[in-house]
Amino acid sequence: MIVDSFRFLPHSFRAAYDLEPVGAPQVWTDFAVRLGEASIALLSTAGLYVEGIQEPYDLDRERAEPTWGDPSHRVIPHNAGQLGMAHLHVNDADTRADRNVSLPLDVLAELVAEGVVGASSPNHASVMGYQGDLNGWRDVTAPAITQLLTEQHTNGVVLAPA
Amino acid sequence: MLARLLEAAGLPTVVVTMMPSIASALGAPRIVGVEFPFGHAYGMPHDRAMQRRVLLTAVTVLAGATQPGTRVDVDIEWPQETREAYRSWQPTEPSPIVAQMLERRRQNR
Repeated sequence: MIVDSFRFLPHSFRAAYDLEPVGAPQVWTDFAVRLGEASIALLSTAGLYVEGIQEPYDLDRERAEPTWGDPSHRVIPHNAGQLGMAHLHVNDADTRADRNVSLPLDVLAELVAEGVVGASSPNHASVMGYQGDLNGWRDVTAPAITQLLTEQHTNGVVLAPA
Repeated sequence: MLARLLEAAGLPTVVVTMMPSIASALGAPRIVGVEFPFGHAYGMPHDRAMQRRVLLTAVTVLAGATQPGTRVDVDIEWPQETREAYRSWQPTEPSPIVAQMLERRRQNR
């Protein structure tokens, strides 16, 4: 099966976003350990935060400045409690009902328990995916997430856009 | 873009995405495609079997891909009718940028 990237989008998106390769230089890091011995981290762009502990993303500023999106990130502990979702561009009902829709911490824990994956990293991360420009992610957020994951010896990262 | 930044910093990545053609065009190193509505990267709520298939595919590609640009699509049919799914992923009210565009279009009429 070949996934249709535009099945659930307005027809106009197909013409606007069906990109030719941009010719970006290849980036590649070898996955150097066995999966059963690896520490895996999850990264979501669903605008997730730990409810009651962390601040949501700044949606009020986005409402006032519609071309701006909060570039900050949240560190989500592997044993986090209830997650909130702050994202004005997708319906949040299903992720609020089951966080595994966007950040499958519980599914990953199952794979760890079965020995398929070595460990769930101590901390995972979320950002909010609507960004007016990518400078904040490039200059601040990505380096901070990289530092977090490197310091806790994460071996690989599963990213998922909302 | 985040995947490329992390990968360049020495962290292997895989991207689970509803838009694998775009991830591929932008040069993501490892891609798992899902034909799911936005906001549902790993599937339906409370469908652990579906979520597990997606995550298991992702970590398998993460660990096993041997060359940049590897793409594997997950063969799962979304269990909602297309029109219903199209409606249900969208926010209950238009996002600020969409609301602004709609207002400008209205003013230009």
